[in-house]
Amino acid sequence: MSRLGELLDRGNELIITGEAPVIDGGTLADYEAKLAELAPWCDAMNATDNTSAHAHASNVAMAIAMQRVGVEPILQVVCRDKNRIAQQADIMGAALHGVENICCLTGDDVTAGDEPEARRVFDLDGPQLIRLANSLKEGRYLSGRKIDPAPSLVIGAVENPATHPLDYRAQRAAKKILAGARFLQLQICYHPDRLEAFVAALHANGFSKRCAILPSIVAVKGAGPLKFMHSSVPGIDVPAAVISRVADAADSAEEAYQLVLEQCQHALSLPGVRGLHLTDFRKDSSMGRLCADLGIRPRSERESRANDFALAN
Amino acid sequence: MGLIATIEHVIKKPIWDCQMCGQCVLHDTGMTCPMTCPKTLRNGPCGGVREDGNCEVKPEMRCVWVKAEDRSRNLPLMPADWREHFNNLRPPVDNRLKGDSSWKNAISGRDKETPPGWTPETEAPAAEVEA
Ligand code: SF4
Repeated sequence: MSRLGELLDRGNELIITGEAPVIDGGTLADYEAKLAELAPWCDAMNATDNTSAHAHASNVAMAIAMQRVGVEPILQVVCRDKNRIAQQADIMGAALHGVENICCLTGDDVTAGDEPEARRVFDLDGPQLIRLANSLKEGRYLSGRKIDPAPSLVIGAVENPATHPLDYRAQRAAKKILAGARFLQLQICYHPDRLEAFVAALHANGFSKRCAILPSIVAVKGAGPLKFMHSSVPGIDVPAAVISRVADAADSAEEAYQLVLEQCQHALSLPGVRGLHLTDFRKDSSMGRLCADLGIRPRSERESRANDFALAN
Repeated sequence: MGLIATIEHVIKKPIWDCQMCGQCVLHDTGMTCPMTCPKTLRNGPCGGVREDGNCEVKPEMRCVWVKAEDRSRNLPLMPADWREHFNNLRPPVDNRLKGDSSWKNAISGRDKETPPGWTPETEAPAAEVEA
C-alpha cells in the first residue's frame, strides 16, 4: 500500500502532502532537481492534471516520473478535460504503474486557462468522480464490467473552505467523505475564521476521524502572488489587509515568510486537522526553514521513527 | 422532439431555463436547474465561486448553486423531503436522454436507471452537518 494509505490507516500521525511543480519539457533529471526542495518533507505529492486549465505533461506521465525519482505521487484527476471513459482509463493506467493515491477534482473551468476557447467536458462532477474511483477500487468499471484483480486505490478529494455558500462547504465536504474520500486537500484560505468554522463543523460530526483534513498553504515570497491569486484564481479571496501587510513591509520576503508560518501554525492548531498540503512558490529553500520552525521532521525520519514505534509495540 | 417533450420545454424553459437533460432533479436542487451551471455540476457548487457569490465562468451571473442552496432552504411551499434531498449524491447524467421529456422518463422510471457499476452511498447524506 502507498505510504499515504498506510498513514491514513494508522490514523494519528502527521500527514504532509505537496504540490509537485508542473512539467513543461526537460528530462527526468531536470524534474528530479525541481522536486528536490519540497519532496523531502512530503509523504506524497500531487501529480497535477493540467493545473489552472493550462496544458502540461499529463497527470499520469508526471505520476510515473515522480515514482521513478522516488517520490510518492497522488494522481490528480479533474473533470474538465476528459469524459468518464478517459478518466477510468487514466486511473487504471496509473494503477498499472503502481500509482495508488487518487485525488478527485471538479477542476477549474477552461476560461481560467490560456486556451479559453477549448471545449469543456465536465461529463462527471467531483463527487461523482470519487464514487467512480470507488467502483474501480471495488473491482468494476462504471459499466459493471469486472476488474480482476481490483486496483488498490487510496481516494481523496479537495474542497474550498473559504468560498460561497460558506455554510454549505462543510456539508459538501461531508458528501465527498461519504462518497469515499479518505483525505481532503483544502484550497488555500486567507480567512482564518472560515477555515476554523469549516474544520470545526467536520470535526464535531466525526468526519475528521474518517478523512484526513489537509489545509493548503502556499509559500509566497512577496505580495505579487497574493495579488495574483486574489484577482486571477477562481474561489480565492485575499483580504486587502493581508496583501498590504506583505506589500508594505520593509522586507516583503521575510514578512511573507512570517505570514506563511502563521498560517501553518494556525491550521495545525485546529482540532481535526491532520496535516498540511504545501505549495512552494518561493523557490528559495525556505521549505526547510518552515518545517524546522514548525517542528516537522523530514519524511525519511518520520518514516523510520514510525517504524521504530511500530516495532516497539 | 416529441409532443410531450415540446410541451415540457415550453413550460420549463421560461421558468427554469430548462436544458432538457431528460432526468429532472429540480425538486432536489431548490427548483434551480443545475444544467444551467456552465460546468453542469449536479452535486453542488465548484470551488471557484466568487467572493460576491457569482459564477467562476460567468462573472455577471449568480452561481447557480449559491442560488440553489439558498432556495432549497428558503423557498416556500416546498415539501420537506425535497429540501432534505439537496445533499443527495446524484448519479452521472445519462447523455442519451438529452432532449427527452423528463416527465415521460419519471413515469417510466427510466430517469432513475444508473450505470450498473454505480453504487449509491451506503449511508444517509450529511444533512446534519451544521456549519
Ligand atoms: S461558480 Fe457555480 S455556476 Fe459557476 S461553474 Fe461553479 S458551480 Fe457552476
